[in-house]
Amino acid sequence: MAKSIAGPEIERLIQLLAKLPGLGPRSARRATLQLVKRREQLLAPLAAAMATAVETVKVCSTCGNIDTRDPCTICADASRDHSVVIVVEDVADLWALERAKALNAAYHVLGGVLSPLEGIGPDELTIRQLVERIAGGGVKELILAVNATVEGQTTAHYIMDQLAGMDVRITRLAHGVPVGGELDYLDEGTLAAAMRSRTAM
Amino acid sequence: MVVDETAAQDNAGAAVPVRLTELRLVDFRNYAGLRLDLTGRFVVLCGENGAGKTNLLEAVSLLSPGRGLRRAAYPEMARGGASGFAVRAGVEGAAGPVALATTVRADAETGSFARQVKIDETPARTADELLDHLRILWLTPAMDGLFTGPAGDRRRFLDRLVLTIDPAHGRRAADYERAMRSRNRLLADGCRDERWLEGIEAQMAELGIAMALARRELTGLLRAIVDAADDTPFPKADLVLSSGLGEDALDRPAADMEDALRLSLARSRFADAAAGRSLEGPHRADLAVFHRAKAMPAALSSTGEQKALLIGLILAHASLVSSMGGATPVLLLDEIAAHLDAGRRAALFDLIDGLGVQSFLTGTDPNLFEALGSRAQHLTIRSGTLA
Ligand SMILES: Nc1ncnc2c1ncn2[C@@H]1O[C@H](COP(=O)(O)OP(=O)(O)O)[C@@H](O)[C@H]1O
Ligand SMILES: [Mg+2]
Ligand SMILES: [Zn+2]
Repeated sequence: MAKSIAGPEIERLIQLLAKLPGLGPRSARRATLQLVKRREQLLAPLAAAMATAVETVKVCSTCGNIDTRDPCTICADASRDHSVVIVVEDVADLWALERAKALNAAYHVLGGVLSPLEGIGPDELTIRQLVERIAGGGVKELILAVNATVEGQTTAHYIMDQLAGMDVRITRLAHGVPVGGELDYLDEGTLAAAMRSRTAM
Repeated sequence: MVVDETAAQDNAGAAVPVRLTELRLVDFRNYAGLRLDLTGRFVVLCGENGAGKTNLLEAVSLLSPGRGLRRAAYPEMARGGASGFAVRAGVEGAAGPVALATTVRADAETGSFARQVKIDETPARTADELLDHLRILWLTPAMDGLFTGPAGDRRRFLDRLVLTIDPAHGRRAADYERAMRSRNRLLADGCRDERWLEGIEAQMAELGIAMALARRELTGLLRAIVDAADDTPFPKADLVLSSGLGEDALDRPAADMEDALRLSLARSRFADAAAGRSLEGPHRADLAVFHRAKAMPAALSSTGEQKALLIGLILAHASLVSSMGGATPVLLLDEIAAHLDAGRRAALFDLIDGLGVQSFLTGTDPNLFEALGSRAQHLTIRSGTLA
């Protein structure tokens, strides 16, 4: 074990930052150093922003998105077409689609995909909420924007089964999304194109 | 996959010759660092047992998707407990000169080894992209028992052959495997959610039929190549595929076959749950190989005949890859010359020459390769270095 070079308060900060995606131990140390050096300009506002986020972050009870309000900013946005709902696996996919300005629609975040191998079943996802939402009326089209993985496609199949007989058009992203491709990794042009040329199932 | 059987029979002479021009290894097996300029189509590697000949072929095989010709785990490949390794090659590729690299590094936090493929220094999304530039076939002593050993080994062999003409096959097979394991898990857990099982079985049906058709396509194409080939010291083989789906199951429209497989999966849930695995499906496929002239199963042929059949198959496949993909594959032939008498050896060299492929040949005795003369680049390896 290497010897600590700083007090436990700073070591803890490094350890926590290193858990963030894209930050290894090395960049976490650099980031921590910046924070403690610029205590007033950076560390204090960051700590305050984080404390506020801790208090206000919640899961939207309509769509499963994560935001600081419920209904979330997207669900509350009257300028969106709420008759079109894009079903995504994760908030990251929602953000990717929004970045691509793919469609001015509403979303439903599943919170993952069905995966027996990882012990994730229907109850761990927001499938029931989705079915209730559709049953409640007002949604004309559901776009299944799940990944082209075995789990993603199984989940799509499962959702379609659950919605059988309901009055909603179900579409999915056109090909052009590579097999096994994860939305989050696609460039914005490809995403927007896939969204425009979706096909009925 | 659209296939033109006549194209497959055409002379491979029109294919773009693909070859490695440079190979660099870092911390791979017993190689601390190796830099090797490859000057020709025949690369002969000689050295004592344990010198690192097979290791070098294994390194080259990591320039294709999968875990290489030993199917080993990555940590095992890193030299003496190093935290990673790299294999880089300059390739005169199917689409022009290209730098291919497979690097494997241990994650600083979890310690698990992850592979990254780079093509011209740009990270590839998947290792399958390597197949756009380079297709590699190999024959190693570990494959000697292929005809007599477990069906799983023959299936893997078959799938490798398919992969070199149909790059999507690897993904397809891996996805099918994952769907099947998911279903087995659900059945083992006593899952009563029919819709979930149906969703998984739909995936298995779609992927499984595609997989079975691709395998059948390949065996048909190889048969055409074998039929058209001249007689050589390497006897002609007949391939008979059993799809794992019941016979004649593949003679209907794909959509019907998918429906049939889905139905049969749904019906066999109870039996599969009791057995703890999926009893039927393309994962149960097998490849029966016959010695054509003797009308004899390869499994009953002599050890020498089996080896000769296998060599004949690999050469036939090499010419198939050339004619279908428009570019020649690279052959890795480990310890192949030692089993052959002088006449067959010379014939093998001439056949490889005729295919226009680059080949890597290993042996303990340089005399085995005398017939190659100046056609080959002769290299001597000693404990992970070039002597
Ligand atoms: N991860 C590793 N680190 C160092 N040496 C290794 C590693 N894996 C295998 N070796 C060594 O490589 C040698 C085998 O090399 P190999 O290429 O199979 O020999 P051959 O020339 O007979 O084909 C053995 O001596 C083995 O100890
Ligand atoms: Mg060896
Ligand atoms: Zn919402």
